Amino acid sequence: MVQFNLPSNSKIKKGQYYKDKTGSKNIRKVNVYRWDPSKNENPRIDTYEVDMDNCSSKVLDILNKIKNEIDPSIAYRRSCAHGVCGSCAMNMNGKNGLACTKSHSELDGDIDIYPLPHLKVLKDLIGDLSTLYKQYESVEPWLKTTKINDKENIQTKEDRAKLDGLYECIMCACCSTSCPSYWWNGEKYLGPAVLLQAYRWIIDSRDEDRKERLKKVADELKLYRCHTILNCTNACPKGLNPAKAIAEIKKMLATA
Amino acid sequence: MSSYKIIDHEYDVVVLGAGGSGLRAAVGLSEAGLKTACVSKVFPTRSHTSAAQGGISAALGNMGEDDWRWHMYDTVKGADWLGDQDSIEYLCKEAPAAVLELEKYGVPFSRTEDGKIYQRPFGGMTKNYGNETVQRTCAAADRTGHAILHTLYGQALKHNTEFFIEYFALDLIMKDGACKGLIAWNLNDGTIHRFRSHITIIATGGYGKVYYSATSAHTCTGDGNAMVLRAGLPLQDMEFVQFHPTGIYGHGTLISEGVRGEGGYLVNSKGERFMERYAPKAKDLASRDVVSRSIAVEINEGRGIGKEQDHVHLHIDHLDPKVIEERLPGISEASKLFANVDVTKEPIPVVPTVHYNMGGIPTNYKAEVLTVNGSEKTVPGLMAIGEAACVSVHGANRLGSNSLIDLVVFGRAAAKRAAELVKPGMKHDEIDKSETDRCLDRFDKLRNSEGSNPTSELRLSMQKTMQSKCAVFRSEKTLKEGVDEIRKPFKGMESLSVKDKSLIFNTDLVETLEFDNLIRQAITTMDSAYHRKESRGAHAREDFPKRDDENYMQHTLSWCNGSKTKINYRPVHRSTLTNDVQYFPPQERVY
Repeated sequence: MVQFNLPSNSKIKKGQYYKDKTGSKNIRKVNVYRWDPSKNENPRIDTYEVDMDNCSSKVLDILNKIKNEIDPSIAYRRSCAHGVCGSCAMNMNGKNGLACTKSHSELDGDIDIYPLPHLKVLKDLIGDLSTLYKQYESVEPWLKTTKINDKENIQTKEDRAKLDGLYECIMCACCSTSCPSYWWNGEKYLGPAVLLQAYRWIIDSRDEDRKERLKKVADELKLYRCHTILNCTNACPKGLNPAKAIAEIKKMLATA
Repeated sequence: MSSYKIIDHEYDVVVLGAGGSGLRAAVGLSEAGLKTACVSKVFPTRSHTSAAQGGISAALGNMGEDDWRWHMYDTVKGADWLGDQDSIEYLCKEAPAAVLELEKYGVPFSRTEDGKIYQRPFGGMTKNYGNETVQRTCAAADRTGHAILHTLYGQALKHNTEFFIEYFALDLIMKDGACKGLIAWNLNDGTIHRFRSHITIIATGGYGKVYYSATSAHTCTGDGNAMVLRAGLPLQDMEFVQFHPTGIYGHGTLISEGVRGEGGYLVNSKGERFMERYAPKAKDLASRDVVSRSIAVEINEGRGIGKEQDHVHLHIDHLDPKVIEERLPGISEASKLFANVDVTKEPIPVVPTVHYNMGGIPTNYKAEVLTVNGSEKTVPGLMAIGEAACVSVHGANRLGSNSLIDLVVFGRAAAKRAAELVKPGMKHDEIDKSETDRCLDRFDKLRNSEGSNPTSELRLSMQKTMQSKCAVFRSEKTLKEGVDEIRKPFKGMESLSVKDKSLIFNTDLVETLEFDNLIRQAITTMDSAYHRKESRGAHAREDFPKRDDENYMQHTLSWCNGSKTKINYRPVHRSTLTNDVQYFPPQERVY
């Protein structure tokens, strides 16, 4: 059988071990993926012993504690700290999520923190999301309407309810980067995050461009690379269901 | 100094910040055909506008009679008469059109039975000049800021705005008292970028992170405010820091005022609805400074809840679960995540938490930055909008849902004014190399700090000082101590330690630059508070419990050079913009 290996400069090495200096009896080992683009070195896993008696409940609190008290060089994105900005999406013990809403008590054993899978890494836990952002732009995420007047569009409560479960998406990319199909065809397949956004505009009763929008995504690669693996729905930290949104698009195209 | 690779750009206008106000300005500028760059340290939808929950105020009258003049009166009163009434008139009059425009852009507002934009009651929003409660706050469930931010980003994409994302702004470029652009550091590749522009619009938001406990995001470090201070210009009304009555106890996460708008109420350890005592008419929907002070008094007098008796309870468990699910889904989720509370069954533990900065960069209602030497003269080439600006429409205390409307009304006003001042393709001035050198000197010095004080320690010391000396209640004693103590972390920068020396996503250095920005604002806040010897809005002095219109119906201006400040005052505008409404003279403020 063919053997696949990572190229030699991508092999993850064992990094530094930061022993606890507080004398705490309640220590947890936290393994963090590190890679510095300015050094010509392989990625490594650094291990930090963290005093859990003085640490708040979320994984982001652990990272902040490491950055503030142990190693200021560790790089990750973070902002709102309560699950609305989508900055701190990462892979924790093998599952994508937001570090600011993930309780470390839900993770067993040592904690492994990696960047979102299958993105180009810019530094440490910071992944390159520029392709996903371009794909988002490609679905033209704005309302298309020819009504030019100074009155509001009337939308029934029922029609507005169709946007629930869609407009809440924070574009953290947890779903797309957990999708094997997106890993494989990420340049061409739009992926669950962007397709959910596409559906958000397709189904908006105020939008007049539904047909064109559907036509634009009705593509072997852009849409139909979804093989209903459902990792996306499993990964979404906001409890949304991108797989269902994709299915709805497919259904609309099949019945159009 | 190490040599840095500098990349030059020329734009008609540069917008710094990509939250609600920055994006709205960028859209307007692009529509006007001006070559516009929007520079942001985070991807636009990560901006803190995303955290706004309850809604955006506008007298649409979708849910009962309303009038923008009533909205104006409420805002003047909420501001405790420190707001400029010409600007407040502009805000409230333009508000309905601004909200309808957002709806047209695609914001998924919640709807009424007849399909119009849903509006909810909010603190301080009343009918007929202070009478009964009005429903004026337009809402997309309890995720209004998120919905607006994402929609505005879509509009900016539609208009092909040029974004420079994950660029950290360092300093303004000034020449003869005029702003000629800014210098920023590209975190993605470590290069330095010099943007020359005819107008620079600062939209960098608030600086909540000077406090230990705040609803603010980690990124709310007021970078634009600090750039203005370093350019030798003053900030205004910095002592007015809003404590939101309901941050989740122990974590600081915001629980929207919309919760009380939908019928939620506060109780103390005796189970009393104590707001009835402090605000007999408005009760739990009094303005935020009043509710926060009431909670603080309850706690100080021993009627707090919990082991430490240091918080109160917010109840919505009496509401129909369907209403909670439809209108308050986000706070249900947040309460579960951060307080482990099922809001349909249990109360939420809450405590007043730093939330908003009324103070900031002084501007007129056209978003042009004031002031040369404390006058009304504008600073050529410089504008400010959003929480970074102090227009001043919020005066001494902002009403809930007036911030989102501020973003879009003044974002739009800035674009309009810029389009009057700049013609596409105008030639740029030569700028002296000394401005770039001065900026990069500071950058380089911080980057190569080899001292012993980690940024995180200095930041913590600053935050603890602000939290204990410049809180809901203040006094001569606490402020005097604060004025001395807040200078210690500043002095600590003389022996700063920055471990990471790299240039790509060096977040150690980013946090250090942010701290350098924060500490200057902490100092101006503390000093401004010390000098205002009265109680007004969010600034409550135990030793001066009354408002003093004779001496202090004035905006504080504070300049800051290193740890030295200069405090001065300029009068509050005592006239309206047009004859559509009469000036509201100061009254006693009761709810």
